[in-house]
Amino acid sequence: MPDLPADTPVDRLARATPPTLARKVRGLSDRTIAWIFVAPTILLLLAINIFPLIWTIRLSFTNFRANRPNEPVEWVGLRNYQRILTDPDIWQTMQATAHFLFWTLFFQVLIGFTLAWLINRKFRGNDLMTTLIVIPMMLSPAVVGNFWTFLYQPQIGLINYAVEFVTGIPASSFTMLGSVSLAPWAIVIVDTWMWTPFVMLICLAGLRSIPDYIYEAAEVDRASKWRQFWTMTIPMVLPFLMLAVLFRGIENFKMFDLVVLLTGGGPGDTTLLSSIELKREAFEKWRTGYSSAYAIILFVTVFGLASIYVKALNKVKER
Amino acid sequence: MKARYLAATAALALVAGTSAKAEDLTLCWAAWDPANALVELSKDFEAQSGHKMNFEFVPWPNFADRMLNELNSGGKLCDLMIGDSQWIGAGAESGHYVKLNDFFDANGISMDAFVPATVTGYSEWPKGTPNYWSLPAFGDVVGWTYRKDWFERPELQAEFKEKYGRDLVAPATFAELKDIAEFFQGRDIDGKTVYGASIYTERGSEGITMGVMDVLYSFGFKYENPDKPYDMAGFVNSPGAVAGLEFYKSLYDCCTPPGMSNAYMGEGIDAYKSGQVAMQMNFAFTWPGFEVDPNVGGGKTGYLVNPAGPDGERFAQLGGQGISVVSYSEKQDAALEYIKWFAQPEVQAKWWSMGGFSCLRAVVEDPGFAASQPYAQTFLDSMAIVKDFWAEPSYATLLADSQKRFHDYVVAGQGTAQEALDGLVQDWTVTFEDEGKL
Repeated sequence: MPDLPADTPVDRLARATPPTLARKVRGLSDRTIAWIFVAPTILLLLAINIFPLIWTIRLSFTNFRANRPNEPVEWVGLRNYQRILTDPDIWQTMQATAHFLFWTLFFQVLIGFTLAWLINRKFRGNDLMTTLIVIPMMLSPAVVGNFWTFLYQPQIGLINYAVEFVTGIPASSFTMLGSVSLAPWAIVIVDTWMWTPFVMLICLAGLRSIPDYIYEAAEVDRASKWRQFWTMTIPMVLPFLMLAVLFRGIENFKMFDLVVLLTGGGPGDTTLLSSIELKREAFEKWRTGYSSAYAIILFVTVFGLASIYVKALNKVKER
Repeated sequence: MKARYLAATAALALVAGTSAKAEDLTLCWAAWDPANALVELSKDFEAQSGHKMNFEFVPWPNFADRMLNELNSGGKLCDLMIGDSQWIGAGAESGHYVKLNDFFDANGISMDAFVPATVTGYSEWPKGTPNYWSLPAFGDVVGWTYRKDWFERPELQAEFKEKYGRDLVAPATFAELKDIAEFFQGRDIDGKTVYGASIYTERGSEGITMGVMDVLYSFGFKYENPDKPYDMAGFVNSPGAVAGLEFYKSLYDCCTPPGMSNAYMGEGIDAYKSGQVAMQMNFAFTWPGFEVDPNVGGGKTGYLVNPAGPDGERFAQLGGQGISVVSYSEKQDAALEYIKWFAQPEVQAKWWSMGGFSCLRAVVEDPGFAASQPYAQTFLDSMAIVKDFWAEPSYATLLADSQKRFHDYVVAGQGTAQEALDGLVQDWTVTFEDEGKL
């Protein structure tokens, strides 16, 4: 047993000093310290995410109206949900949302991947080209909505004049944003123009992650370019592509600003997306209980679809 | 000594004439030309009262959203609110506005001194009862402007007479208005293609409802059974109302410029000032701006009361607002002081001279009023035939329903006019059932 040092005045002074916070913390377990660090974030999440969600669920079973806070609130059970799910106008907005979602994803993936594939080749001005292509996604949706409104204007807009130049159809004889048949495509075009670069960037990251030696080995095995593309490029980029679809899908499901600026949901209800209808119910008609139920239905839809999709994505990654 | 005494007395009188404490008052309104005129006018109040005026102006498309949110949340931003006429029911029943009856009585302000339609439209709730929640502040009504210089061209007059068998003059009926609109549609004037008319089609706020209602009233539309409140079947969707809605759609289809599928006040002003259209539906507040415009001012513009319907009935959609004291304000005394000042005849006369449409009878019934501006008589005649949209507390829901039904039919061409109005009766019935009024 080693000799213990003598009890010096300094030691006695140290023992008399109260333990510092650091010493106290030193006595806590790792798990407790971890909880202390995480607790503020969890509290914040509970306050701004979970509590409003629970509150919204509660409101969805009532007839509460936020513009009449002093009126008695009645419990209406599932009536709000029943009214929403049997309302043909709501299904019309779902249909408009599905049309917008499907075609924007289709075009953005198709064009985004093609652009990424072309940009991935080595050529002079490659970096400049990439920068130019990504400019639209850097713009504010308010700016994009406003200038596309001018581009679509039948009397002064460039789009109508371009169509006249190509097809001979008089520029002022048709209106992209005011026509029932053209307006749903007009918003698809603008969203595709704005967000294709985002898909392109993700695809480009995927393409650049494929090692060159794989292609070199395929060349040695005399695999055709076509075969290399379908059996090597596409499977290796697919997880990236699916990720881009997930991001864009969630974003476009809740699309609001761009479409409000372009068409305001019109003409009629042809471009009335679910999020626009939700805003109208909540903050124009002030049917808070009803709109809470609508919000919950949309949340469950997005959450359910995203969960299924993420599982599929994980399976693709595991292959 | 005597002089010093007099000076002290005068100072005391001045202090007693104003409130005990100088306040910072905030007045909330829409961002438009009349609001700018009110800023100038209010400088007199600042000088007289010692209070400082601040202003919160919101563009029309967001005005209702922004201000109703403010009121519903009990916000203290606005001490004075010049709110839209249809807000009066919610303002009164939800306790947003201070009831002004006692204040009016105490200060000798009589509602008889104001144009009756504006008192009913802007101040009373319930309608037709002497319960006042605002002072009529800005009279407004939907009317029409037309290119008088085009109408007076001999070659156009001759061609029109040959085609329609009558003179090319301001239309007296909606049928005549449509003939004229068709006549001008696609016509080349001074090397430029012009169009018949600009009408309201906007979907997002209240545009298409204001436009459609402006026509429907004269076709026999009524909101409810006069003998049974909230009984709408057969009134909202009466044969006359259906014919009126069909007329509005036919006017939109035949005679508006391309791209006017979401047009309201601003788009109408642009179309008219840029020389695109021969006629334009718009609120009267736009008229002073046309008089000073280099393209359409200086006698080129004529002003027209809403034309008559097929049975000779003639009504117009009321616009305009009253000024109210917000009940959440902590400066209500100073806010009431502003209303007292604003109600004075000389202030109202100055208000009119600056472009504000006064509702005070002493101003509009003055012998010189009709000749004071080229549009003054049209304004007076229009104000005599006004009707307003629902002013119920649930007006926002009722408005959202009509916006959808009208836009779906008129612009998107979905269904028939009969289906649109039948659907509107259903929507409004559900709203009133939810309100417990049915």
